[in-house]
Amino acid sequence: MAGLSDQDNESYEMGMHTEQLAGRTQEIFFSPREGENFVHPDSFDVDFDKRAEFDAAGLEIAEINLKIRELMESGHGTIVVRNPGARHSIGVGILNRLNLIIDGSLGYFGVGLIDGPNVRISGRVGWSCAENMMAGTVVVEKNGGSTFGAALRGGDLVCRGAVGSRTGIDMKGGTIIVGGDTGAYSGFMMQRGRMVVCGNAGKNLGDSMYDGTIFVGGEIRSLGVDAVPGEMTDLDRAWLERKLAMYELLPSRGVGHFQKIVAGKQLWNYDNLEPTEKKIVL
Amino acid sequence: MAGGTYKGSELGHVDHFIDGDGLDSEREIEIGQHIGYRYDVNLLPDYDRLTPFLTTYIETMGWDDLNWLEDVHMGYEEGRPAVFDRNINGWVSIPEDTELPDNQQDRDMLARELLIKFQMSRRHPLVELNKAYRKF
Repeated sequence: MAGLSDQDNESYEMGMHTEQLAGRTQEIFFSPREGENFVHPDSFDVDFDKRAEFDAAGLEIAEINLKIRELMESGHGTIVVRNPGARHSIGVGILNRLNLIIDGSLGYFGVGLIDGPNVRISGRVGWSCAENMMAGTVVVEKNGGSTFGAALRGGDLVCRGAVGSRTGIDMKGGTIIVGGDTGAYSGFMMQRGRMVVCGNAGKNLGDSMYDGTIFVGGEIRSLGVDAVPGEMTDLDRAWLERKLAMYELLPSRGVGHFQKIVAGKQLWNYDNLEPTEKKIVL
Repeated sequence: MAGGTYKGSELGHVDHFIDGDGLDSEREIEIGQHIGYRYDVNLLPDYDRLTPFLTTYIETMGWDDLNWLEDVHMGYEEGRPAVFDRNINGWVSIPEDTELPDNQQDRDMLARELLIKFQMSRRHPLVELNKAYRKF
């Protein structure tokens, strides 16, 4: 940094901050000898073998979500929701281990913000299914709308059919698997995680992606800015085969034909002097 | 296997981010600042190295693989091994008396195990926050 002090001073004088971005180190609370506990302390103690189902027809959205919560509270680990009627925001905010079966279709923002459950949806889903999902699995048997898995943080989100545009926009982790085709701008501003498209991908795939990996089994209409082909490794192939087999989506000819797309990282230029550079350019 | 890959090139040594200053690319050297993570975020897990603790965790949750833990790696913060906890948006230092494995895949498995123990502990910071702020 010694040779950059003049530039540092210049940015200070122009009113630009030079804050170093860093996480906060936690050095307390933790011992590796903690007792073995596999669920969050405040989560509901549920039994996967204890099953309940209810008819959602005629219930308000909030009533449906509260009903799911009450059943978890009473120890039900498998819950079936009949007749969801493609309403929005069903099954959101579930922070528990659970088998949730949706017998029908969901509207916008279905099963968003979840952390842990295994969800199976027998119908279709609207925009932003599993948006901000943290952990768990979601399997959609038919097609999905746009922004499928927007801002996904973790877990597996699977659509056996085709999905719309901007799939996995801003995803920060986790895995999205599409059995069919995906629309334009899939993986837009992706930051990490993995996307697997068994069919074709629309134009501008991976546009402005910062990091992460996209695997495509079909044709790619075009790559977006800073999305470039990557080299497929043995670990990639083994992971792809195992993951696709898990969801019964492994093609009969294997994964040898899949292409790997990664970030070119030409956009990796953010630093504490960037505001100065922008000022100079403008 | 050594240290895996980082920014498209092989890492020479697994302790690269403990011993080094993090200035690898031309851009980093030019600006004198490390860019991005101090580990390969795209490194996929080697399931042959799964620990018994993680196997039990996966079974408990009803999953078939590491699920969200596939994105958890051992990183290095301020010259110390650490794991990032997204729930507190901060790094949790690996205790100093923990012996580090000699390859990144085993270190990642260790980091996943320690993170689960930390997150599920009653002494996790979110437990107190939950009591104070939960609405229903």
